[in-house]
Amino acid sequence: MSGAGVPLKLAVPRGALFGETLDVLDAAGIDTAELRGDSRSLIFETGGMVLVTMRPSDVPTYVEMGAADVGITGKDVLLEQSDRPVYELLDLGYGRCRMVLAGRTGRDDLGESERSLGMMRIATKYPRIAERYFESTGRQIELIEVKGSVELAPLVGLGDGIVDLVATGRTLEENELEVREEIVECTARFVANRVAHKLRAAEIDELTAKLREASQR
Amino acid sequence: MIHPIPPGTRDVLPDEMRELRRLKNALIDVFEGRGYGEVATPALEYDEVLTRGEGRSYNAAYRFFDEGGELLALRSEMTVPIARLVATRYAGAQPPHRFCYLAGAYRAVNPQRGEMREFVQAGVELIGAPAPAGTVEVVEVLEAALDAAGLGRAVIGLGDADLYRQLLEELGVGDEARDAILASLAAHDLVGLEEKLSAAGIGSEQVETCVALTQLRGGREVLEQARGLGGGAVERAIARLSETYEGLEERGVAERVQIDLGLLRDLGYYSGAILEVYDPALGHVLGGGGRYDGLMKRFGLDLSAAGFALYLERVHVARMEESRRGEEGR
Repeated sequence: MSGAGVPLKLAVPRGALFGETLDVLDAAGIDTAELRGDSRSLIFETGGMVLVTMRPSDVPTYVEMGAADVGITGKDVLLEQSDRPVYELLDLGYGRCRMVLAGRTGRDDLGESERSLGMMRIATKYPRIAERYFESTGRQIELIEVKGSVELAPLVGLGDGIVDLVATGRTLEENELEVREEIVECTARFVANRVAHKLRAAEIDELTAKLREASQR
Repeated sequence: MIHPIPPGTRDVLPDEMRELRRLKNALIDVFEGRGYGEVATPALEYDEVLTRGEGRSYNAAYRFFDEGGELLALRSEMTVPIARLVATRYAGAQPPHRFCYLAGAYRAVNPQRGEMREFVQAGVELIGAPAPAGTVEVVEVLEAALDAAGLGRAVIGLGDADLYRQLLEELGVGDEARDAILASLAAHDLVGLEEKLSAAGIGSEQVETCVALTQLRGGREVLEQARGLGGGAVERAIARLSETYEGLEERGVAERVQIDLGLLRDLGYYSGAILEVYDPALGHVLGGGGRYDGLMKRFGLDLSAAGFALYLERVHVARMEESRRGEEGR
């Protein structure tokens, strides 16, 4: 954790949330012009803060360990890494998407497997969310963890369906998949390190207030 | 040949051992110097004893049967074993009792997170000294211990364990909803907290008040700000915290204490004041404690109690980070 007197470190997610995150930061009075350029740097100093850009799924790690004092990432990431204790301070509202169970359009592989095998075979990048969801609905699954394009899996027979994040639904459609069940809705969240939240209270409260206002515009 | 040890355990070699020894000695000197006699208890207890003490938030992860079929468990902390010891060995003695310890404890870990299954705690228990004087004494010892450990910048958070339980009761929230709300609070998930409060049928204005309350942390001014948010439960918590804080001011040890109304520790036996310890050089909590006035009664001895425990290994890391910072002259 960075101590008093040094700038607050904010973990900024690259990827799908990057653009809107920069917009909200700008609206909160934090100049992000440098981040918008095609610089290869990952660390930027701006407006009395240090912005560190990284994969969204790394944000909870940096924040939990105190390498970043605060950060922004998706609720999907926080749910999947719920064993990382970070303080969730604010729902920023953007980056809205749904975690869903999807199966092949016009086919009932999911239902057939459940009937004759007693369980469904589910491919996903979110093993913990999937496991918790099926456990809480009293069903058994065989979990297949993949790292890349999960929508490919059922097409080639790897699993009966997928649990994945859906924004517009176009990717599903293009791969002849359709939503069967909605698990949870996810948006971008503002998180803080537990110790930073205590020891840099004034700065973090001020930033939270600015982000709240900016995200509601 | 490489012979592995279980993840979450470790060997300590002489260089580190020497530093840890110095740290341990410094801490024990502080404790003993203030009348806290060192005790040791078995790492193994009857499971029934630990369950009785910890209640629903039972933390012991390693349980097994002995040769007679008795269920044993490895302790997960030292407060419950010392409560057992006091009830058994000091039932007739005149309180208050002062004890300190440096002892290994055992907890479950999340896989591949570098968490420790076995760790050392250094702490004190003050039994039979009620609030606020007992709490003030414990904070004083804690500050002296942090100084002795070379953590002059460390901060002690002071909160109240009963505030939200009583506040939710006052708002008419049922038991089940209350547990879910307290869980969100303990995890400091403000988005979830807001959702669960609304789902429990609390009006939006009161939801806002509750959430705002959890964000109050700082010096004496926090108590005034909280009073503005009103309610009998808040008023009572503020009265308890004011008393303690005034006691700390009288003893000249309030400066490093941060009043924190968002504090909630996950061990089930706390009541009244709760403590957490931070150092700016480390992103993790260094230790914690507070009052557990109902704990001794579970062992048949109706005495108030308070104490704290520091995670020795984390204190060691923080000390190293602090001296590194000193060398760099930042």
